[in-house]
Amino acid sequence: MMKKRKLFFNYQKEEKWINDMAKSGWHLIKYTFACYTFEKGLPGEYDYCIELLEDAPTTEKGREYLTFMEEAGIEYVTNSANWAYFRKKSTGEPFVIYTDYMSRKKHLQRIISLFSIILAMNLAFALYNMTIGLFSSFNFYFSILNWLVVIGLSSLIFVYLKNMQELKQDDA
Amino acid sequence: MSKEAYAPLTEAVYYILLALEQPRHGYAIMQYITEISHERINMGPGTLYGALKNLLEKEWIALIDGEVGSRKKEYILTDIGKEVVVTEMIRLEELLTNGKKIMKR
Repeated sequence: MMKKRKLFFNYQKEEKWINDMAKSGWHLIKYTFACYTFEKGLPGEYDYCIELLEDAPTTEKGREYLTFMEEAGIEYVTNSANWAYFRKKSTGEPFVIYTDYMSRKKHLQRIISLFSIILAMNLAFALYNMTIGLFSSFNFYFSILNWLVVIGLSSLIFVYLKNMQELKQDDA
Repeated sequence: MSKEAYAPLTEAVYYILLALEQPRHGYAIMQYITEISHERINMGPGTLYGALKNLLEKEWIALIDGEVGSRKKEYILTDIGKEVVVTEMIRLEELLTNGKKIMKR
């Protein structure tokens, strides 16, 4: 067993890192905020995929999807809110959850809306704290934090929007 | 719904409908599609799940009441589904016939 602390903002980079770990024989078995637990196994035994689920794993619809995945030979490893970590025994074929234009687009849209909501909330707090910050230095510093999140999320949303555009070009 | 409203189908939907000419569960559908497309199409499970949900809503396919003990969900083509496939086949045939005639191949 090995624990690694790491914080990702881009799930595609995170997925690549987890797959690189798996290639070197360390397989993800648990995730709690910014902490990954790996188990030693055969190098390249599993391929991993991260997905933002439509329904939380605790809901009936969410469970229905996880059962479907299980029946398709895919193991549900762990989750962080609606982000699910799946793995599949390597077969040589790439492990991809979404393979056509419409479903890929829908997945990206889901991610973009999630980040847009968080961004909007942070923007509101940033403006609020900045106004109060005229009188209180605590709120002023807090507003800086909010602004940083706003900037970070904006660039991330931009990346996913670009991904979505590239999808269109692929299928044109 | 007019017949024109069915077509054209996406490749994925067309092959899922074909696969469900007999009862199959999710994993079997994916395997079957890989097989009949000579490994050209490897449908992802997320894509298949979304498509199945959509086809169930349209009633082109239906869930089979599983026997007790077998918990895997099986799907089957409905009468509407059959009509959709046949309509699409006629459309595809027209495309192919005209292509062959004009391109002389």
